[in-house]
Amino acid sequence: MHRSLNRERLTTVSVAALLSILQLGMTGCKDSSKSVGESQASAATSGGTGGLAVTEKEVVVGQLHSATGTMAISETGSIEAERLAIEQINDMGGILGRKMRIIQEDGASDWPTFAEKAKLLLEADHVASVFGCWTSASRKAVLPVFEKDNGLLYYPTFYEGLEQSKNVFYTGQEATQQILAGLDWIQKEKNAKTFYLIGSDYIWPRTSNKIARKHIENVLHGTVVGEEYYPLGYTQFGSLINKIKAQKPDVVYAIVVGGSNVSFYKQLKAAGVTAENQTLLTISVTEDEMLGIGGENMVGYYAAMKYFQSLDNENNKKFVAAFKAKYGPNSVIGDVSQAAYLGPWLYKLGVEKAQSFDVDKVVAASPGIELTTAPEGYVKIHPNHHLWSKLRVGLAQADGQFKVVYESGLLEPNPFPKGYQ
Amino acid sequence: MNISAAIWAMQAFNGLSTFCVLLLMALGLAIVFGQMGVINMAHGEFLTIGAYTTYLLSEVSERWLPAFANWYFFVAIAVAFVLAGSLGLVVEHLMIRKLYRRPLDTLLATWGLSLIMQQAFRSVFGAREVSAKLPDWLMGSLKPTAAIDIPINGLVVMGLTTLLTAGVLFALFYTRFGIDVRATMQNRTMASAVGINTARIDRLAFGLGCGLAGVAGAAFTTIGSTGPTSGSLYIVDTFLVVVFGGAQSLFGTIASAFTIAQTQATTEFFMTGSMAKVLTLSLVILILMARPQGLFALKVRR
Repeated sequence: MHRSLNRERLTTVSVAALLSILQLGMTGCKDSSKSVGESQASAATSGGTGGLAVTEKEVVVGQLHSATGTMAISETGSIEAERLAIEQINDMGGILGRKMRIIQEDGASDWPTFAEKAKLLLEADHVASVFGCWTSASRKAVLPVFEKDNGLLYYPTFYEGLEQSKNVFYTGQEATQQILAGLDWIQKEKNAKTFYLIGSDYIWPRTSNKIARKHIENVLHGTVVGEEYYPLGYTQFGSLINKIKAQKPDVVYAIVVGGSNVSFYKQLKAAGVTAENQTLLTISVTEDEMLGIGGENMVGYYAAMKYFQSLDNENNKKFVAAFKAKYGPNSVIGDVSQAAYLGPWLYKLGVEKAQSFDVDKVVAASPGIELTTAPEGYVKIHPNHHLWSKLRVGLAQADGQFKVVYESGLLEPNPFPKGYQ
Repeated sequence: MNISAAIWAMQAFNGLSTFCVLLLMALGLAIVFGQMGVINMAHGEFLTIGAYTTYLLSEVSERWLPAFANWYFFVAIAVAFVLAGSLGLVVEHLMIRKLYRRPLDTLLATWGLSLIMQQAFRSVFGAREVSAKLPDWLMGSLKPTAAIDIPINGLVVMGLTTLLTAGVLFALFYTRFGIDVRATMQNRTMASAVGINTARIDRLAFGLGCGLAGVAGAAFTTIGSTGPTSGSLYIVDTFLVVVFGGAQSLFGTIASAFTIAQTQATTEFFMTGSMAKVLTLSLVILILMARPQGLFALKVRR
């Protein structure tokens, strides 16, 4: 009797939980049906800002990252950097005299949740812009929402390209910007002829390696001696390491992510593969990942990124100092965190150039905008909504930082590269 | 000695090493799920406790006891066992013991527990991964010849696995506790009737399983990541090994870990990692279709 009562209670609880989830979905729908009337009302008060939550004193912006779940490992840095930028902008007087107020939503590492929360931000909160997403999967999930509601998204992660939307600005590098110059450099530097491509098994590593392979074969006239993918979260790399030893490629080109990344580098080291006997170039290890891998397991390998915390310029020194003052002396800044930091600043410049918060006007005004105070140096928005930026190659140090050994010129973003698809 | 022979030697070691990793992660679950029938979805989080224990001790030894830095790892393993085991006892008392006759509800409840534990790790240690600074000797390799590298962390995991497996087998088959455990699992009512305190046995067995998970977690800091969700990387493989082996047989778990590890390591060498995994899993599914009870089944009259 006692047991069956318990069971009933549990059933009740789970049914209640299910219902509340359903209800959430319904609320979303309700909000959207309501939003027309609401937006008209707020349009009246905010003076022609296209129904956005902008008053005389403040502009409401959204922040949509995973603060919980698997992706929190990566997205935490972006959340921190965006908050720092917004705080600094507010200290300078805000945008067109309005302070930015943040509404933060948690995507919880779940793509449908991202779409749901994007809808909430745009249709219930009427945010003027959103800084958010990290994985391509989450961006793809929110894209239809942003296009339908005509929202504005600043997306920070380096990614595989093959996308361009009126409603999105991509502040990280697309694949060709991150890959080509790095391969050119390592080929020259190490006189490399043979390459071994490795990746986690999903869209970004596969697309990136496809571009890398075309470049190696057609432009550098080298050979790809192996191309391999391992499931996300894979932890046993012994066989792969033996294959690398058997092939002895001039360069291992690695795009492994997440927990696998740590396993891969620890096992390489334990199997006697180090920078002394194997050149390795990666585009998936930033200072953030180094925390988990441990600098001592990565020493001497190369990473190709547009930003390293160790960059020696005035903008960056100020940025790093401000970041550490806010988040503690031991905090690190990876490539994506810096790109996330650019989002609010680029938005500010866009609004100021357009003299309006209206999404269409900001989008129209944005191409050509230059940000000279970027920690990475200088960036400029391309008409294709990506950024002109440089590529750097960093040499991994035992303390978890990178020493910059190469810097390219300003690279044009090319999300749909001909001959690489 | 030529290169290809060296590669074969290292590949053979790699197969054995994978076997030991699988067995070590499955050992705790073999008791909790295999013997007790508790579907513990939070098993991975008990591994994570072990990993964070190693991390904490490495920080402590680095800051206050530099002399201890070379050997703290072994202390971490012991502490991980105690911490994960104690938490296991508490969880059994507060949650699991109320759900023994309801395996499906246990699944939901422990899944919830795993989410709570993950978020707790995140709140305490931060969302980013951390890295225990492991002693240099542990991350090096032995070089019996110029072309062969035998990873020392692999040897340590092997040694640990052998020791623990022998210990668990001994405990289950040659001690009073083991007899009580097996009696309770095979026929709870009868065991109770002959004077075995089944509630206590349940609690101890669950605690032992969780403690073993903690040890595995501590050992895996040498080959994997330490983060809030690190344990979840192992959970699928862990269940796979135990189910494939035949849930109630510890020998089955050993045989299953060996079969899966060898298949995986061998196929991986000839094809890409994702394809090797597909092949291994297909093989497991086919065999389970023919033998739903797993490789080894306990013959008991019900």
